[in-house]
Amino acid sequence: MTVLVDKNTHVVVQGITGREGSFHTKAMLDYGTKVVAGVTPGKGGQSVYGVPVYDSVYEAVSKHPEINTSIIFVPSPYAPDAVYEAIEAGIDVIVLITEHIPVHDSMRFIRYAKLRGVSIIGPNCPGIISPGESKVGIMPGHVFSKGKVGIVSRSGTLTYEIAYAITKAGLGQSTAVGIGGDPITGMNMIDMLERFREDDETEAIVLIGEIGGDMEERAAEYIRRINYEKPVVAFVAGRTAPPGKRMGHAGAIISMGTGDAESKIRALEASGVKVASTPVEVAKLLKDVLKG
Amino acid sequence: MKLYEYEAKQLFSLYSIPVPEYGLARTPEEARDITERLGGKSVLKAQVLVAGRGKAGGIKFAESPQEAYELAKELLGTEIKGEKVNSLLVSKIVGIDRELYLSIVIDRSVGAASILASSEGGIDIEELAAKSPEKIIRVYVDPLVGLKPYHVRRITETINLSDEQKKVLQDIILNLYRLFVDFDCELAEINPLAVDKEGKLVPVDAKVIIDDNALFRRKEFAERVSAELSDFELEAKKHGFSYVELDGNIGIIGNGAGLTMATMDLVKLYGGKPANFLDIGGGARAEVVEKAASLLLKHPKVKVLLVNVLGGITRCDEVAKGLVNALKTYGKDKKLVVRLTGTNEEEGKRILSDAGISAFDSMEDAAKNAVALVKVM
Repeated sequence: MTVLVDKNTHVVVQGITGREGSFHTKAMLDYGTKVVAGVTPGKGGQSVYGVPVYDSVYEAVSKHPEINTSIIFVPSPYAPDAVYEAIEAGIDVIVLITEHIPVHDSMRFIRYAKLRGVSIIGPNCPGIISPGESKVGIMPGHVFSKGKVGIVSRSGTLTYEIAYAITKAGLGQSTAVGIGGDPITGMNMIDMLERFREDDETEAIVLIGEIGGDMEERAAEYIRRINYEKPVVAFVAGRTAPPGKRMGHAGAIISMGTGDAESKIRALEASGVKVASTPVEVAKLLKDVLKG
Repeated sequence: MKLYEYEAKQLFSLYSIPVPEYGLARTPEEARDITERLGGKSVLKAQVLVAGRGKAGGIKFAESPQEAYELAKELLGTEIKGEKVNSLLVSKIVGIDRELYLSIVIDRSVGAASILASSEGGIDIEELAAKSPEKIIRVYVDPLVGLKPYHVRRITETINLSDEQKKVLQDIILNLYRLFVDFDCELAEINPLAVDKEGKLVPVDAKVIIDDNALFRRKEFAERVSAELSDFELEAKKHGFSYVELDGNIGIIGNGAGLTMATMDLVKLYGGKPANFLDIGGGARAEVVEKAASLLLKHPKVKVLLVNVLGGITRCDEVAKGLVNALKTYGKDKKLVVRLTGTNEEEGKRILSDAGISAFDSMEDAAKNAVALVKVM
């Protein structure tokens, strides 16, 4: 068992004819992901790397009822429309890659998805991968390998860095998910911790946090409150970030007195989470906790 | 994007939130004339975006048009916490009886707008929240439901006001929420919301921050070049980089925000000081890398440039080409340390070694090397 995506994941790519959409459709197909349809309004009838393109998600789903997951590459002004369409067409898991979506928009569609029981990963995220089974995202597949560590991260390349160290340490990943760098995201760290908790393949979890908001503090509180059974290792980026400045991600900002790295690290350590001081150290700490 | 107080007050007026009468002065003469029009007395408020303007001497009271002229002459052109004062908001003086607080902010963990109000305004709300949180009422608004009268009543019930004043406060809250949603605000704040000597509610200050990602539908603000930015920040913005100035001497370039931040942290961990944060994002071509590297090599504070690229959709050969080109033009007296791994790594390393640059495989080693280099320079 893995989390959210596996061999039964059948994907529709929204925005498949765009530069990013087509590039990553090929990369996902090469990885072995079952990409069965694409959508770009007005481009129905075309095909991208052999994947048929439809005008709407409704049409794609009616032709390919096995579709259960969508990945969205639509530019930010049009992305909310794409999300609502996917939700109403009955998609279960939506991976929203698009960056720069206004937060008032994401606030609304994330709330709507929750009410409809749909899982949104993102926005502004690299997606999700269950190595050897399915990759629904833009991450380089070769840095991941099938294994026993679940990763949940607010970052992209930093996730690849740490995943690669875990791969080289011979541990591998059950599922790695980048939940996104925006202030408000669909799935959060606690959602993923809950899922990894119930996943037999996952023996340890890595949290990759960064400055901004209090998601790490909340995750720490959750771990302590329910006495989380599996070992958790963390890395938090941005110890040197100054307050009031947005560090690349829309959500990576220390503001109104909250969101600094030290407070996150303190909260995690107080809940028994081992916090690494460098990315490579994450793999070392994992080896330690999995031995014991 | 943070708005100037006068811009925020223009929005308030547009949304029927009554602000004290004011004018915007760019010269001492204008300050004098506006004060004349306001009845001979005024408060002059420097229009800057940095916080703590009052304590830094950016707010002055004028007893006469002539005094307004002289104070304006003093204030205009000076700097407040490094930001130049180009204009003054010249406003009618409010006779304040007491001060309330009202704001609407996006609450990240709840994923909804949160309305905060307090009978104790004027002071820093963070301080109040830390000191006596029970004095702040907080109401969340479901984004799919919107603001309803019961939300507003829950707030006004807790504020010590007459029934008539409560009705006015209700209107202010409703209008501020409309503004908050219409203009894609991250924050809309009235602090203080004064009760004047006649018992009228008057927003003395106004603070509005608009979501940068929504500026495509707010072109009137998107055009404005932010006065907070340094020349380097402006150039970085022009090229589409995420860029932040810091105070060290090791320039940092990375692909991806998290990785770039982690690189900064490593530099600090090994005893160095990062000069900046520059994220080239994903899939950068040689020309883009060259621009990023040139920008930092040109920077007077940067002695060593540390580049950390983990190639996925970003190709190492493109990165190497860009770096070599930048170094040719701007590399005099500067050192370059590169960590390069991932897509087309071999080709990238060959391009670098042809130019006499060796690349590290691990970011830890690269950061250590950058710190060691800067120490002997």
